Amino acid sequence: MIRHLLSAADLDAGTATEVLDTAARMDEAIADREVKKLPTLRGRTVVNLFYEDSTRTRISFEAAAKRLSADVINFSAKGSSVSKGESLKDTALTLQAMGADAVVIRHPASGAPYQLAGWVNGSVLNAGDGTHEHPTQALLDAYTMRSRLGRVDGLSVAIVGDVLHSRVARSNVLLLSALGAKVTLVGPPTLLPLGIEDALASGTEVRYDLDEVLPGVDVVMMLRVQRERMEDAYFPSAREYTRRYGLDGARLRALPEHAIVMHPGPMNRGMEISPEVADSPRSTIVEQVANGVSVRMAVLYLLLGGAK
Amino acid sequence: MAQPTAAPHKVIIAGPDLARVVDRIAHQILERTGGARDAVLLGIPTRGVPLARRLATRIHAFEDFEVPVGALDITLYRDDLRLRGARAVGPTQLPPGGVDGRSVILVDDVLFSGRTVRAALDALGDIGRPRLVQLAVLVDRGHRELPIRADYVGKNIPTALREMVRVLLVETDGTDEVRLEPAPMGGQS
Amino acid sequence: MTTYLLKGVSLLGRDRTDLLLADGRITDASTAGAEVIDADGLVALPGLVDLHTHLREPGREDAETVESGSRAAALGGYTAVCAMANTEPVADTAGVVEQVWRLGRAAGLVDVQPVGAVTVGLGGEQLAELGAMAGSAARVRIFSDDGHCVADPRVMRRALEYVKAFDGVIAQHAEEPRLTVGAQMHEGSVSVRLGLAGWPAVAEEAIVARDALLAGHVGARLHVCHVSTAGSVEILRWAKRSGVRVTAEVTPHHLLLTDASAESYDPVFKVNPPLRTAEDIAALRAALADGTIDAVATDHAPHAVEDKECEWDYARPGMLGLETALSIVYQNGGLDWDQIAERMSRTPARIAGLADHGRDPVPGAPANLTLVDPQARWRVDPTALASGSRNTPYAGMALPGRVVHTFLRGEPTVFEGKATR
Repeated sequence: MIRHLLSAADLDAGTATEVLDTAARMDEAIADREVKKLPTLRGRTVVNLFYEDSTRTRISFEAAAKRLSADVINFSAKGSSVSKGESLKDTALTLQAMGADAVVIRHPASGAPYQLAGWVNGSVLNAGDGTHEHPTQALLDAYTMRSRLGRVDGLSVAIVGDVLHSRVARSNVLLLSALGAKVTLVGPPTLLPLGIEDALASGTEVRYDLDEVLPGVDVVMMLRVQRERMEDAYFPSAREYTRRYGLDGARLRALPEHAIVMHPGPMNRGMEISPEVADSPRSTIVEQVANGVSVRMAVLYLLLGGAK
Repeated sequence: MAQPTAAPHKVIIAGPDLARVVDRIAHQILERTGGARDAVLLGIPTRGVPLARRLATRIHAFEDFEVPVGALDITLYRDDLRLRGARAVGPTQLPPGGVDGRSVILVDDVLFSGRTVRAALDALGDIGRPRLVQLAVLVDRGHRELPIRADYVGKNIPTALREMVRVLLVETDGTDEVRLEPAPMGGQS
Repeated sequence: MTTYLLKGVSLLGRDRTDLLLADGRITDASTAGAEVIDADGLVALPGLVDLHTHLREPGREDAETVESGSRAAALGGYTAVCAMANTEPVADTAGVVEQVWRLGRAAGLVDVQPVGAVTVGLGGEQLAELGAMAGSAARVRIFSDDGHCVADPRVMRRALEYVKAFDGVIAQHAEEPRLTVGAQMHEGSVSVRLGLAGWPAVAEEAIVARDALLAGHVGARLHVCHVSTAGSVEILRWAKRSGVRVTAEVTPHHLLLTDASAESYDPVFKVNPPLRTAEDIAALRAALADGTIDAVATDHAPHAVEDKECEWDYARPGMLGLETALSIVYQNGGLDWDQIAERMSRTPARIAGLADHGRDPVPGAPANLTLVDPQARWRVDPTALASGSRNTPYAGMALPGRVVHTFLRGEPTVFEGKATR
């Protein structure tokens, strides 16, 4: 097993499958139990180092670590930057001195987890860095697909929206492709980085028309679109965006019957996804949250267990 | 999975004898649990699980009575993660009736240090509250490191620490056999 | 003043000869009493001239001072450097440029020729007092807002026109700022993968094209700093063919390193303009060889440790260059020693208007020269550099060609590989 999880590219198909299988076993081990806790990581320390507010991701990692009986330290470093407060390196040295076995880092700057990994001895888990990656999100998405559709290999997955600024999209393209899915990126050309077809994984397709894509997919994953992007001229108006790329009831009905709708959250209801779709039984959004804990337990177990 | 081994080994129990040993354990369970009416067999992966199923099958053959069978993985309860690293997590499946108030019989292939059984007891404690817990093993090879003993032993095999006992089962390995082998460098089971 | 006799030098990599240095000049007078230096096989080059150096003083003396930067320059074979204006305060007045010039004289290791800012505070709006700087003791001829582009086309036109009065030149940092908002590295497949905001080639090329047209229109001199893309090379080729008075420089790092370096997220590779692709490198090397690009300039940009040992997004752009430039060009430029002298000394001296520099070391010329051991290889050790900073992208690399001696006006500034002061 690898020592750090910095990018979904760190996971080949075999390793990714090991994580998903382990997550399934973890689910099984604590299913229908009163004591939702395993002693596996007793005495280990997991630090959640969050430079961005992301309550849902932090809570998910915290729950995962606690269910494995690790000691969890939450280190909220928001507002810190090089100009004011402590540098990332000094923080890293502090965590090192505290004996952190794993550091879960969320950071607004792409690549920050790579630097952290060079400064601490423990495992580093990327919980989202800038516009780069969010590998555990991709793992929980793959896990959700596997539990809903039985497999990932051979699935056709459309990822729709602001790919340019999305760490979720990058990690998903890498991981889903490695697991044999075919990924199609859909959005306005302004929000699809130039050359992304070849930059991450061969076989990635880029399309601009959502309606053409929907009838042929098994999974449609909607990305959060921030209204502020409008001010940077990425698209003319929220209304036009929703009309062209929002998933509403009519588009939901254009999907094959078995297809599922995913969203990494938090959603902009009414923007990229209509309330009707978000709350439909085809939506896996709540499951994704639950699966996030299992997948993160598996990652923590395998990373910490791998550090000999 | 069992590695095909070129190492010299001694066969301790050969195919048909293994079935007889299982039969004997099944009879003992029936005797000592008053007909096994409230028993649950929980196999410890990997080879404890098929052994538990065989015991249930034999009990059914003798008494026409179904003992619930499940699997209890102990990987996440091991105390040697730091030492040995992460291992693949095995399946845990409890029979529909659960374990509360039942006589749980843990089933494993080899009893050695007792650490696996210790982990299984911890896992069991998190799952429910059995009326009593017993232990059935195919082979007891000695060298206990904890105050643990088996209630049902297929065969006691005195061993040296530099040896290992390998159990092969048709379900997992394609053949029934118990072997005594030289331990590989760095670890034994 | 000591007289030196350099025995057996290979002048511009050609025939062996002896050079006599006396009274600040190279002479063919009597060698009696001269201190003899065995220079057998060392290549004698006119002292190198850097059109693009950040010395950081005044303001960031923690990163570099005029003195430490001068020492680094001398060790790199330079006898003159043009000190960029983006100091704190900005070199946008006669007072600041004279201060830098005097600090250079006091250090005495290279001639420090200050560059003046084009606009007040590098703000891009109001012209700085260009004439006052030109008329100061520093005799400024190159003006640049380097670090920032003079983006407003009207301001750029005025600047180009205005400096014609004293044969000045505007050295443009070609970067359309609206196309590089938040940019972190070259826009391409690597930036897509790394999730770092892209700095597109077109942001440079659009300005190079616009400025070439403007310079042609007003008949002024334009110098393009650190050209980094194949597209810019094509535009320069066109402009020169069309008679525009444009010159251009390329940095050593843009001749060698690609955007793939960013994959480590090590900010030592963050630089502006960013490292580009292998295709760009090939075009830049070809342009340097055929003269479309006139000069190699280091864009030596020292940064304090805390400005580089941090997240890529927060790191300052720039890398050290003075002490490695000659080796990198020797290794990767595809040039012979005479061409190296042309691109790293004669032409930059001409662009900067430095009459005593860029002259081949032959009798009668000022004794500004450097002697290079072409056989020696050396390993780049950041802690062993003379610069006040450590941000070299070549750490650990073994490079060919080592500067052995450098002379400024007949006196050694570097002797046997060590700075003399």
